[in-house]
Amino acid sequence: MVCHGLRKVYDGKLGLFRKQSPPVVAVDHLDLTIQRGECFGLLGPNGSGKTTTVEMLEGLLSPTAGDVRLLGLGWDRDEQALRERVGVALQETHLPEKLTVEELLTLFRSFYRRPRPLADLLAAVELDEKRRSWVGKLSGGQRQRLAIACALVGEPEVLFLDEPTTGLDPQSRRQVWGLVAAYRARGGTAVLTTHYMEEAERLCDRVAIVDHGKLVQVGIPAELIAALPGGHVVELELEKSAATRLDIAELRALPSVSEAHLSPEGVWSLAVSEPERAVAAALALVESKHCGLARLGTRKASLEDVFVALTGRHLRDS
Amino acid sequence: MCSWRLPEGTFVIADSPERRPHPIVQLTLMRLREMGREPGVLFWAFGFPVVLSLALGIAFRARGPEPVVVGALLGTSPEVHQALVDAKVRVKDLDSASASTELRAGRISVLLAPPAVPGQPLTYRFDPSRPEARNARATINGILQRAAGQREARLVRDEEIHEPGSRYIDFLIPGLIAMNLMSGSMWGIGWVVVHMRVRKLLKRLLAAPMRRRHLMISLGLARLVVIPIELLIILVFSRIFFGVQVTGSYVALLAVAFGGSACFASIAIAVASRAQNTETVSGLMNLVMMPMFITSGVFFSASNFPDVVQPVIRALPLTAMCDGLRAVMIDGAGIVGVLPYLAILALWGVPAFTLGLRYFRWR
Repeated sequence: MVCHGLRKVYDGKLGLFRKQSPPVVAVDHLDLTIQRGECFGLLGPNGSGKTTTVEMLEGLLSPTAGDVRLLGLGWDRDEQALRERVGVALQETHLPEKLTVEELLTLFRSFYRRPRPLADLLAAVELDEKRRSWVGKLSGGQRQRLAIACALVGEPEVLFLDEPTTGLDPQSRRQVWGLVAAYRARGGTAVLTTHYMEEAERLCDRVAIVDHGKLVQVGIPAELIAALPGGHVVELELEKSAATRLDIAELRALPSVSEAHLSPEGVWSLAVSEPERAVAAALALVESKHCGLARLGTRKASLEDVFVALTGRHLRDS
Repeated sequence: MCSWRLPEGTFVIADSPERRPHPIVQLTLMRLREMGREPGVLFWAFGFPVVLSLALGIAFRARGPEPVVVGALLGTSPEVHQALVDAKVRVKDLDSASASTELRAGRISVLLAPPAVPGQPLTYRFDPSRPEARNARATINGILQRAAGQREARLVRDEEIHEPGSRYIDFLIPGLIAMNLMSGSMWGIGWVVVHMRVRKLLKRLLAAPMRRRHLMISLGLARLVVIPIELLIILVFSRIFFGVQVTGSYVALLAVAFGGSACFASIAIAVASRAQNTETVSGLMNLVMMPMFITSGVFFSASNFPDVVQPVIRALPLTAMCDGLRAVMIDGAGIVGVLPYLAILALWGVPAFTLGLRYFRWR
């Protein structure tokens, strides 16, 4: 799958009593290449243009400029053929509540030339016992699995999942991850958007980090993390109102610390290569400034830190 | 699971995993299931018209002649009083203050004022713009003149008719059917389409290889299933309770019912083609339907409106449907008799559908 120079501009809203608001650039010249068989993640905060991008890839939004090719085909000419081979789970769809699980899947099966057998689908998303329940009576996790089942009906070669686990509890989230893994085991290509780092690190072979509609970085999660200076993170949380008593230059000057960043919640993150040395030095600094220490932790660097390093912002800030 | 026998004598099992369900059938079933499992929808489609016709049928049921009530000011002669009472006219004795209140409120139709000087005429005081007052004046005048010795100069005989077909309920039922089919098609298509759009269901269906025309056809088919049930319920009900009959051809009746529903379904597609939320589409549909509710002669004859606007009213689709149904049910029209009405419905429906699809917002 290739997209080239992808761009989407929304016209400003034409208000009755106010001037037309300026056009919004949701996606700005995005180039992506996704290989067959890989799981590709679009990673970015809310409003970064993930959904707009993925809907253009799905052929549900027409780009203002640029083009999308997938499986060697384009949406403009081969839509019907592509629809048979691509599965889509939208960010939120309110599936008909008064239909049973079985009825809904039968409806979706009717659209495809070679649909996956019903029993097989129900087993794949673990909704066997709920086959005669109304969609409206399902839990959030069950509904999400049903939405994924609808995307899997045509045995798609490419599966798009837009924020598949947003708002789900950890248990349901793990079930969804299991579904994606099972789909990939059958040889499928998956494209998903998320703002959960853990999800991207676990599921994706490669991730594209997007911010403000622009591509910031593409790469293998482990490599992106390894490319960070240090590779470890020391987090310092000081008692209220004490956070600003530390100075970014002082923290950077500590041994083995290469970068420091203060989150809006008041937590200092230090990128370090030798956590033991950095922690000892940081504690000494805190002591000398007479700040109360609320929490101190060290962890390995994650994609979240990659995002912070690249954009200077946290994923869930905006 | 169901099975049936083919001519060759083989059995085919439906619903087997290999058999692919047809998308039109499945989409239609989706609509019917959503409707059938929603008690509110069932009431508005089937129960409400029955309740409305019952209420209006009772309110406007055929009654005997209204009793004439007149007021008599103090001093009205006993002979006049007696003559009226003998002729079953209710006479209220009033002083002049209360008399004018009673007259204004319409509780008496005519006030009798005795002559100030004997030999002067008896005065009938009434408001000629009130039909019942003119009526009462004519009635009591006849009674008093006959009591005073006047004789009929021409021999006449009254013959009262109470034929089905001439009553208000016979006029009302076709109007209610037309109104119900209009609302059913507008809400059942317009609102439903926008609701699907709001829920992103439309988008989700398009992300599957669903043909757009299959969805449109299935919306129509779902109506096609519901319309005969709606018709049957109200026809049977009005037949049993009010003796309302269909004097013309049932084929013509179905033609007008389906033609009208198709026309309003097309208008609904046009109204719903761009709307992004259900509030907008509800407002637009009321904007389209309300003028027709008022002017198209559902509850009373459209000919009560001034002559200037008659051509406009006659050209409205709901008027065509009301008139078409009345032509069949009351005047006994056949299929040829309703062709002009079907033509008007087509003139609205075809362009509405074409434009609606042209500008339809699928995503």
